[in-house]
Amino acid sequence: MDISWTLQTGSGSWNPVLWLLAFAVAFGAAWLIRSLGRADNRKGDALKPFISGNEEPADGGGHIPASNLYWGFTEAMKAYYEKLVPLHTGIPSDYVAWLLGVMALMLVIALTV
Amino acid sequence: MMDTLTRHLPALLVAIPLLAAFTMPLVGRAGNAARSAWVVLGALLTSLVGLALACRVFTGGTVLYVFGAAAPHVPLPMDSGGIPIRIIFQIDALGALMVVIASLASLAIAIYSVSAEARQSGKDGFYSMLFLLVAGILGMVSTGDLFNFFVFLEISSLAGAGLVAYRIDKGEAVEAGLKYALLSTVGALSVLMAIGILFAQYNALNIATLASRLQFTRLDMVALVLLAVPLAMKCGAVPMHFWTPDSYTTAPSSITALLVVSSQASLYGLFRILFTLYGDLLQFSWSTFGWFLIVLGVLSSFIGVTMAIPQKDVKRLMAYHAVSQTGYMLLGVGVGLAVLGNAEALAAYGKTAMAGGLFHIINHAMYKGLLFLTAGAIFYRTGTRNLNKLGGLGHTMPWTMVFFMIGALAIAGIPPFNGFASKLLIYESVFRFSPFLSIIAMVVSILTLASFVKVFHSMFMGAPRAEFAQAREVPRPMIAGMALLALVVVVTGLVPQAFVDRMISPAVEALVDRAGYISAILGGN
Amino acid sequence: MITRLLLAFPFLAVAILLLIGLGALLFKRNLIKMLMGLSLMESAVNLFLVATGYRQDGAAPIFTNVPSTHMVLPTVQALTLTAIVIGVATSAMMLSFAMVIYKKYGTVDIRKIRKLNG
Repeated sequence: MDISWTLQTGSGSWNPVLWLLAFAVAFGAAWLIRSLGRADNRKGDALKPFISGNEEPADGGGHIPASNLYWGFTEAMKAYYEKLVPLHTGIPSDYVAWLLGVMALMLVIALTV
Repeated sequence: MMDTLTRHLPALLVAIPLLAAFTMPLVGRAGNAARSAWVVLGALLTSLVGLALACRVFTGGTVLYVFGAAAPHVPLPMDSGGIPIRIIFQIDALGALMVVIASLASLAIAIYSVSAEARQSGKDGFYSMLFLLVAGILGMVSTGDLFNFFVFLEISSLAGAGLVAYRIDKGEAVEAGLKYALLSTVGALSVLMAIGILFAQYNALNIATLASRLQFTRLDMVALVLLAVPLAMKCGAVPMHFWTPDSYTTAPSSITALLVVSSQASLYGLFRILFTLYGDLLQFSWSTFGWFLIVLGVLSSFIGVTMAIPQKDVKRLMAYHAVSQTGYMLLGVGVGLAVLGNAEALAAYGKTAMAGGLFHIINHAMYKGLLFLTAGAIFYRTGTRNLNKLGGLGHTMPWTMVFFMIGALAIAGIPPFNGFASKLLIYESVFRFSPFLSIIAMVVSILTLASFVKVFHSMFMGAPRAEFAQAREVPRPMIAGMALLALVVVVTGLVPQAFVDRMISPAVEALVDRAGYISAILGGN
Repeated sequence: MITRLLLAFPFLAVAILLLIGLGALLFKRNLIKMLMGLSLMESAVNLFLVATGYRQDGAAPIFTNVPSTHMVLPTVQALTLTAIVIGVATSAMMLSFAMVIYKKYGTVDIRKIRKLNG
């Protein structure tokens, strides 16, 4: 059974097997260059994470919790989030109201256009 | 014997899960091992029947099954005067695609559940409702009768709501189950009203017969809106998506993966109504309904992903991503619907857009199911879903981490996984329709990657935490369930054109070919 | 004129029932009252289905000792029976959810049953 290995999109093509081969070649080249370096780079002090010369906090203390991870993004989009998140009230009547609102809007559009 | 079996495959498709559901309490009396074996056997048989049926459809064309007739493949009985009078299952290429998705997903989920629910009580009811949900999904995508579709829609909604609320979880799960049931019932009532309107006018419930008799009066337009909007709500399109995060979060993880497939069965229903029931009758309002799908799609993808980024609960985050990915499917098929009347645009990029949207359905079911199963595995070992409390699990749960990475890279659209293939189809064809929409889709993809990097960092990276020291790898059935879905993700990514040629392009042709659907029943009219 | 109005009366009743049910569903704060509204809506849609089957001067669709073969439509009555049964199952399930919510949250005010939001 003959399978085509290239996905045709009508304006381009994508061949994942060729991509994987290219990736493997690039990976091999990087590995080769890395192995030409010093042999003692995986021992001792080089293993510890560098936090500007400070000690690593014990028991996951330096692990940034998930809520703080994208603070910049949520802060920049604050105006958008402050309008959007309160809409998700958790009240079932509001959910039904949204459904009926969209139905009413679509009825108006469909019957007049 | 094999001949009889092959002839009755569509009936077995729904009969086997129903039988498994109703005999579950009996088998459960024989002990846990017997019940687990029965669950796996039922899911295996259902998947085999589904895959065999799909093979039959992809090689031989539309399969018809008339319930209660002497010859199941003859839709027009000799004494009926040319009217199909019984309930007919009509499985064309699009239906076969959905049957494949449902079969693979339910097999992986059944194998996973056997181990994930092993320590819980009330397993009889749980597995009964799981098989009822599977039967409902398979019925929804196989039926050629509108009222039958409504009945299967209600079966899957009720079973789904019961399963969401099953582990009461201090009342949160029941709250989510109530919201799901409430919205589903309101939607289903609207669908029933539309079916009543259509039946009163044309005296037919069979989709092909209705399609051949439809004259598109104002009442039919009302019926279309009453059918399309609740089905769009059931698949989680913004702005009717509010129930999706609530129910996906509190349901047991294997059920969440199955609820994703159930949403996609409703998406199938939406496409069936728009393309096959109404189809080229929407001549002057193609653009309207195409743009309805496109606007819903763009809103869903953008709002879904931006609501996902600040979430603290991992399953709630993934649920918002489910909303977002549904947006891609709606966008792709919406572009196809918007250019349905323009034959050259349809051939140039419309069919590719629809192929992208439909390919995304199967890809999404696989990688989203995989992601929810990994979230369930984490919950199974650590007892928490809060991302702020998790950390450092990559050291002790390497298999879960690998499967999560495969799922996360697939959903973000990173080569060489399957998400990239379907997203590429959607980007390139939507770009030729309207570049602005394509750019929004790409931005959404970047934000998807961002939020999954956040989840990966919070769950698996970092030093191992003291409170999760005993979190070993999950039991082997759970790994087997996740591995099955991961395998499909990887294989579909490596040979996307094979899937598009064999499964997706026939499905697109079946969706666009309204006359073919009608003539399969009414014979050349 | 009067006959036409009388023939249209069931559909008017459907509209009124739907509006009352929707009003209860959207504007009441008590969960049980919302479920009552939902039940009203189900009855309205069932009435609509049966009403579409009416044929003027039609007999009941039973063939034994039938006065004439001009009958009302039996198919919609079958659809309505199915819808009634589905409605019973849905109401039973949602009422049991309401009971469990009352046990766990201590209230049936939907503005307070909002642990899942955002």
